[in-house]
Amino acid sequence: MIPPAAPARALDAPSFSTGRFRAEREADWVAFDLLLTRLEKKGAAALTSDELLQLPLLYRATLSSLSIARATSLDKALLDHLEALSIRGYFLVYGVRESRWNRVRRFFLYDWPAAVRSVWKETLIISLIILLGALTSYSLVSSNPEWYFNFVDEEMAGGRDPRATAEFLQSTLGHGKAAAASKGESGLHVFATYLFTHNSQVSILSFALGFAFGVPTMMLEYYQGIGLGAMMAVFSAKGLGYDFGGWLFIHGTTELFAAALSGAAGLRIGTAVVFPGARGRLQAAADAGRTAGKVMVGVILMLFTAGLLEGFGRQLITDTTLRYAIGSLMLLFWLAYYYIPRREDVT
Amino acid sequence: MTAAANAKMRAASAKKIRQFITPEGVDLELKIAGSGLRFGALLVDLILIQLALLLFWLAVLWIGVASRSDVTEAIWMLGAFLLRTFWFIGFELGSRAATPGKRLMGIRVVARDGGRLTADAVVARNLIRELEIFLPLMMLGVGVAEDAVSGWLMLAGVLWSLTLSLFLLFNRDRMRMGDLIAGTWVVMAQRVKLDADIATDAAGEAIAFTETELAVYGIFELQELERVLRGRDPRAMREVADAIRAKIGRAIAEEDDVFLLSYYRQLKARLERKLLFGKRREDKYASD
Repeated sequence: MIPPAAPARALDAPSFSTGRFRAEREADWVAFDLLLTRLEKKGAAALTSDELLQLPLLYRATLSSLSIARATSLDKALLDHLEALSIRGYFLVYGVRESRWNRVRRFFLYDWPAAVRSVWKETLIISLIILLGALTSYSLVSSNPEWYFNFVDEEMAGGRDPRATAEFLQSTLGHGKAAAASKGESGLHVFATYLFTHNSQVSILSFALGFAFGVPTMMLEYYQGIGLGAMMAVFSAKGLGYDFGGWLFIHGTTELFAAALSGAAGLRIGTAVVFPGARGRLQAAADAGRTAGKVMVGVILMLFTAGLLEGFGRQLITDTTLRYAIGSLMLLFWLAYYYIPRREDVT
Repeated sequence: MTAAANAKMRAASAKKIRQFITPEGVDLELKIAGSGLRFGALLVDLILIQLALLLFWLAVLWIGVASRSDVTEAIWMLGAFLLRTFWFIGFELGSRAATPGKRLMGIRVVARDGGRLTADAVVARNLIRELEIFLPLMMLGVGVAEDAVSGWLMLAGVLWSLTLSLFLLFNRDRMRMGDLIAGTWVVMAQRVKLDADIATDAAGEAIAFTETELAVYGIFELQELERVLRGRDPRAMREVADAIRAKIGRAIAEEDDVFLLSYYRQLKARLERKLLFGKRREDKYASD
């Protein structure tokens, strides 16, 4: 007869044991951990080519260990370590595919214009909304100047209202001697920076409000148009329409374009949430968000340009024709950059 | 603890786990980061930004006094804007996809579809933050600035904007508006050190337990025991050892740590053997 204790003892040391599994594989995990730590700290440049070749091998060994451990081991510390190591490894091995420089290059050459091109419908709609706002307030203020005070904040206007004299209005456009005397050239960069940061924040808001079905975005853009139209009416009533146009045009083509694009980015998200099409609503929002994110980086860069044009260009260049020329040139530049078809990025 | 409470706890932790399958076909089982961690990370980041701004301000002030020009004012405005807008974006574009606050809390951003976290997703999720933080503040500011707005109207405005800001409390994936739009999750990513294998310890063979003595516990109890053993707190060990002795009806004869280690080792061997044969006993309430 076989003693009852014997088979139980034999089962205690089966040919597979989690202790042996760990002893055999542990060196790989430690090596992978060290490699990842160096990769995180110093980037891929810190690894030799041998180590780079080792990386995917160790990654796969770790993942396979994780699968085996999940099925066989009950050691919580071991499972947690392998899980954390695999997660870290996965995001490093699959995450880094191109250098920062390549990323930036691709953004300027392909991604940015492509993203702007893809929201052309929304851009058109927002532009029409801004135009509509401008026309509304222009016609209202032209027929009855009292309307002006409903549209433009007294402080913002800084005296540029229907009661002002033509001379004063002219001086605000940077013509005449009064303007040159009152405004030294020292404050220009401060002014430009202020304009840039302020406009960027408004644009970011206009974009971010987009997810509420795009309605607040459209309202914000309409309001921008209203302020514009009201000012226009005041100046043209005094026969300064052409000069005011130049004053606005030099930076306005860039700034208003950027404003329209930020609105378009917001609207893209809003429409994706309302009309997701064949995709799920979440997926549609995520897709739209990525396109819109690219557009928004572009918008901030455009506003930076606009701030420079407004802060420096407009204060230093007082000739109206030249202002028109620069404004048109900028507009042509942006249009060409965005909308001239080019070969798609293949990388 | 009862069987129902145990099952509930398991269900709660399973609710936080999201399937995330690598190209090699392994499910990484990412855990969604809780709202407390998210808020903590945000607080740390905001404090760090303020500190950086303060240092930057002092530097600018010093340069301004030294050079007597107002260029510094422009530098200050530009720098503050860039820091505020690009702090989050810059850090999340890095290989660890986490701001210092997130790193401290052991969390990171990932793309929901399992793909690579792209720059546009990071930009989108962080520009939305502008709205989430500043809209409630703006509502408050408007309410305070204009006396004409009644208190109730202001309250309604703040509440409305708070529902947007606190959006992450209202969905299972703890996504804030920015995550929703960018297609991202924030998940746990802390490092776990590889602790020694206590089951191979030499002290584990001191006492032999019978099959019936080992049959009283399941995996949950085994892993709790492991936690106590790794914690090395004598009071906790004494408590657990007493509880086990009472349960299996053994007299106090050995040191607590020797007793617990032997019991752990043999219980683990028994449960792992069963696991190899496809039987996973979750806790002591499950049938053996």
